[in-house]
Amino acid sequence: MPKDSGIGASPKRREDVRFLTGNGNYTDDINAHGQAYVHFLRSDLAHGKINGIDTAAAEAMPGVVRIFTAADFEAVGGVPCGWQITDRHGEVMQEPKHPILAEGKVRHVGEAIAAVVADSPEQARDAAEAIELDIEELPAVIDMKAAVADSSVKVHDDLTSNLCFDWGFVEENREAVEQAFQDAAHVTTLELINNRLIANPMEPRVAIGEYNRSSDDSTLYTTSQNPHVIRLLMGAFVLGIPEHKLRVVAPDVGGGFGTKIFHYAEEAFCTFAAKACNRAIKWTSSRSEAFMSDAHGRDHVSKIELALDADNNFTAVRTDTYANMGAYLSTFAPAVPTWLHGILMAGNYKTPLVYVNVKAVFTNTVPVDAYRGAGRPEATFQLERVVDKAARELGVDPIALRRQNFITEFPYATPVAVEYDTGDYNATMDKLEEIADLSGFATRRAASEAKGKIRGLGVNCYIEACGIAPSNLVGQLGARAGLYESATVRVNATGGLVVMTGSHSHGQGHETAFPQVIAEMIGIDESMIEIVHGDTAKVPMGMGTYGSRSLAVGGSAMVKATEKIIAKAKKIAAHLMEAADADIELKDGQFSVAGTDKSVAWGDVTLAAYVPHNYPLEDIEPGLEETAFYDPSNFTYPSGAYACEVEVDPDTGKVSIERFSAADDFGNIVNPMIVDGQVHGGIGQGIGQALLEGCVYDENGQLLSASFMDYAMPRADDLPFYAVDHSCQTPCTHNPLGVKGCGEAGAIGSPPAVVNAVVDALQSAGKNVTHIDMPLSPGRVWAAMNG
Amino acid sequence: MYNFDYEAPSSVAEAVAALAAEDAQALGGGQTLIPTMKQRLAMPSTLVSLSGIAEMKGFDVGNGAVTIGGNVTHAVVAAGAGAYPALAELASHIGDPAVRNRGTIGGSLANNDPSADYPAAALASAAVIVTNAREIAADDYFQGMFTTALEDGEIITGVRFAVPEVANYQKFVQPASRFALVGVFVAKHADGVRVAVTGASEEGVFRWAAAEAALNDSFSADAVADLAVDPANMIGDLHGTKAYRAHLVGVMTKRAVAAAT
Repeated sequence: MPKDSGIGASPKRREDVRFLTGNGNYTDDINAHGQAYVHFLRSDLAHGKINGIDTAAAEAMPGVVRIFTAADFEAVGGVPCGWQITDRHGEVMQEPKHPILAEGKVRHVGEAIAAVVADSPEQARDAAEAIELDIEELPAVIDMKAAVADSSVKVHDDLTSNLCFDWGFVEENREAVEQAFQDAAHVTTLELINNRLIANPMEPRVAIGEYNRSSDDSTLYTTSQNPHVIRLLMGAFVLGIPEHKLRVVAPDVGGGFGTKIFHYAEEAFCTFAAKACNRAIKWTSSRSEAFMSDAHGRDHVSKIELALDADNNFTAVRTDTYANMGAYLSTFAPAVPTWLHGILMAGNYKTPLVYVNVKAVFTNTVPVDAYRGAGRPEATFQLERVVDKAARELGVDPIALRRQNFITEFPYATPVAVEYDTGDYNATMDKLEEIADLSGFATRRAASEAKGKIRGLGVNCYIEACGIAPSNLVGQLGARAGLYESATVRVNATGGLVVMTGSHSHGQGHETAFPQVIAEMIGIDESMIEIVHGDTAKVPMGMGTYGSRSLAVGGSAMVKATEKIIAKAKKIAAHLMEAADADIELKDGQFSVAGTDKSVAWGDVTLAAYVPHNYPLEDIEPGLEETAFYDPSNFTYPSGAYACEVEVDPDTGKVSIERFSAADDFGNIVNPMIVDGQVHGGIGQGIGQALLEGCVYDENGQLLSASFMDYAMPRADDLPFYAVDHSCQTPCTHNPLGVKGCGEAGAIGSPPAVVNAVVDALQSAGKNVTHIDMPLSPGRVWAAMNG
Repeated sequence: MYNFDYEAPSSVAEAVAALAAEDAQALGGGQTLIPTMKQRLAMPSTLVSLSGIAEMKGFDVGNGAVTIGGNVTHAVVAAGAGAYPALAELASHIGDPAVRNRGTIGGSLANNDPSADYPAAALASAAVIVTNAREIAADDYFQGMFTTALEDGEIITGVRFAVPEVANYQKFVQPASRFALVGVFVAKHADGVRVAVTGASEEGVFRWAAAEAALNDSFSADAVADLAVDPANMIGDLHGTKAYRAHLVGVMTKRAVAAAT
C-alpha cells in the first residue's frame, strides 16, 4: 500500500493549483508604480566595429526618458564569469570583458548596443529605430576549428587568439593513455557533434529594476534560478552595491533548464538605470530576443577514441573536444566542457586510463553555457556512442560489452578525480531489460518490417555527477563561489513551519516535496509546512537550483535545520514533562517520555517556545527557529540504463520513437510522481536534442534558427509514452536523505539511446551507417541511407 | 507593431473602397499578417478586415463544384467540404486548431506562401479564384513565392473547386513550423490528372507535368515510381537539401496516388 504522505508518497503538487488556474506570480506579472520600459537595440551583425551611435533624433521622440550606451557604463564592471580554468600549460584562461552594452565592437547578433528607456514599450521601440548606428562589418568567426587555426580575425582584439583555454585532464595521464592506445588490440574512433541548443523556457526572461531614494536600496525582480547568486555577482562585480542595499527577487519562474542560472547584462542594466532615472525600469524579452540573447547550450565538436584489449576490456579513453564559448564567457561557461564533462569520461566503466582535451573557443555567436545536464550529456553521448560502435565493430552484443566493463565495486575511485559512492549498474540494466521487454524486440522488428518500416533498438547507460558540489573541491577547480546550500526553519507558535530555502523552484515541485520530508521527520501534516524561496529579503542565503542539487544539497540543509529544531523542541518537551532530554521521543507529532505514557503534542511545545511561562529559560532561549548550511562532501552519482526503439521510414528518413524505457537509480525517493515527471521532462528534452532541435548559424554569423518556425521544439506527438522505473535504489552514502539528483538524468541518458537505435535500424537494413549527427532530421537520415 | 487604422466593412464594395487608401491592407484571418506586423516587418496604414462581410462566408456545393467564400476558415472547410473529401482533409491538417479557427482560404491563397497547403489544392483542382473584379484560373493565378495575379486592392471573394473523380493530398511536414516541407496534391479529373506540388520549389507551387503525363497513361503509384523532379529549382535550407526535397516530391506523389486509388 503506497504511503499517502511523507517520504515516498506522491501527493499532487500544491503549486500546480496556482499555475494551472492562472494565479502564478511571474516576474512579468509584477508592475512597479510609475515604471518605465527599456528596449534594447540589438546588433544585426555578428561582428562589427562601432564607429558611432547617434541618439540625437531618438532622444527627441515622444516618451523617451533616457538613452544609454556603453559610455554610460564606464564606471561599472562587466558581467563576471564565475569559474576560472587553468589550462594544461598552467596558464589561466583568457577572460575578455563582457560589457553591459557593446563597447567598441559588436560580437554577436543580438548583442545589445543601446538601451532606450521610455514611458511605454512601444515608445522605447520607436525611438530605438531612430538611433543611427555607424558600424563597420568585420568578418565573422563562426567555425571553431578555423577560429583556433587562424587568429587573424579575433573576436576580442585584446586577447592573443580566439582560444580561451586548452585544458588537459588528467594531464599526467597523457603519455600513459597514448601508450595504452599503442598497445590496444582494438581501437574504435568516432567523430561527432553535440548540437547547439536553445533552451526556450516557456517564460522568456524579464527584469524589473527599482530604486528607493529614501533608503538608497535597489531591488531587482528577475527570472532567475538563483537570486542570491545574482545579488552577489551583480552587486559585488558589476554595480558595486553591497548586499544589504540590494534585494533580488525571483518569484514564480516558468522554466529555467540552466539558461536562467546566469547573470545577464539586462539585469544589471535595469538595476543601474532605475537609479539613474529614479524610476522603476522593466524589460520583458520577446521570444525573438530570447533566441539571440539567452545563453545557448552544448555545441561541442569531439573526437573520441576507445582502446580495448584482446578480451574486449576497455583499457583507455581519449577525447578531443572543441567547446564553443560564444562571444563572451557566460557565468559558468568554462566549467561546463571541463569539470562537468571531463570527470564523467569514465562513465559506468572501469577503464583505467582517461585523457580529455578541451579547447574552448570564442566565436561571434551568443554565449554558450549550462543547459540541462551541462557537460554530462556531452560526455555520456560520446562514451555511449563509441561503446556502441565498438560493439558493432567487434561483433559483440552491446549490452554484454557494457556489462563486462561495468564498475561493480563501490566506492570506486575513477581515473578522472571523482569517487562514486554507490551504484549497481547491472541492476539497472537488468531492470531495463525487463521494462523494455528487450526479449520481445525481434517480434516487434518483424512487425515493423511487415509494414515497410525499419525498426532499431538502442541501449545505453549513464552515470552523472550532480548535487553540486563540495565547496573545497570546486574551489580548487576554479569555482569563484561556494556551492553549499542553506535553510532556515521557522516554527510558529501554533506549530506551523516556514522553511526558507536557498533552493529555487521553477517547476521542480519543491513546495510539495520539501514539506514531505519535514512532515516525515516530525510526524505532522504536510499542510502545516510552507516553503519560501526566491527572495533575498526573505531567505538568508542560497546558491540556487541547478546541477540536480535541490534535494541533495538544499534538502540536506533543511534536514539539518529541522534536526536542530527537533533537538531544541525535545528540550522544551523534557522540561514540560519533567524528564531528561535523552528520554524524549518524537513520533507522529507527539513528544513522549520513553517507557512511560507521558506525552505532549508538537503544538504544546511550539506554543511554550513562544509563550515561555513554563520554560527552561536558564538553559535555552525562547523561540523556535534554526538555520543550517550544508556543504556536500561529494557529488551524488545517479546512474541508469535507457532503451529506445525507433521506426525509420525508408522512403523519407523520418524517425518515429515507438518505445522508450528508463531504469534509473536515484537512491532514496521522496515523491515518486515528481521524479517520474522530472525523468519524463528530461527524456523529452533529450529526444528533442536527438531528433529535432538544432541551433544553426550561417558563415556570416546570422542565426538561421531564430524562431519556432525554424527551431523545432519537441511536441507531445513527437514523444512516446515512457516506461520509467526507479526501483533500483543504492542510497547516497554521504547526505542525510540518501538521495541523488534526478532533474538532469533524462536529458543526459536519452540522446545516445536514440542515435544508437537509429544506427541499429539502418545497419539492420544493410546500410553502412556508423553515425549521424544530431538532430536526426528526416533529411539527414535519408542522406545517410543514400549517401 | 506600429499604429494603424482599422476598418470593418460589411460588404465587398465597402472593402474595396477602404482598400483604396494608401498602404491599406486587407486582413483575412491574420495568421501571417499579424505576426509580421508584430515583428514590425509590415506597417499598413489601415487594416481592412474582411471577416464581417456576409457575402464572403458562403459555402456552395453543386454542378460538380464546391465554391467556398473567401473568408471561410480552415475549420469550416474541414467540417463542411464533405463533397470534396480530399479538400476537407487538407484543411483539417493546416496549422493547429487556433490557426484553423482564424485562418481563411482567401487569406491563404492571397498570401501564397510557398509552403502553404491550399495553393496545391487550388492548382490541382483547376480551381477558379473569384475576386471582386474577375475570375482567375488557378493556372494563371500563382506566379511564384508570395506572388499572385491579384492587383492592389483586389479581394478574393471565393474559390470554386472542380471536384475531381478522386484526389488526395500528402504532406511531409517541416519539423519546426509544420508547414509543408513538401506537399503533393493529386487530382484525377474527367479531363485528366493534375499534380500540384507545394513547399518544394523556389518558384512556389507548381504542376509536375511529367507525373501528370504518366498518370494520364496509368493512374497508379507504379506509373510515377521512376520519375524525379529536377533538384536544381528546389528549395535547399536547414530542413532539407534540394536533393531531399526533390526525392520527397516523388515519394509524396506516389503516396497520394496510392491513397487516391
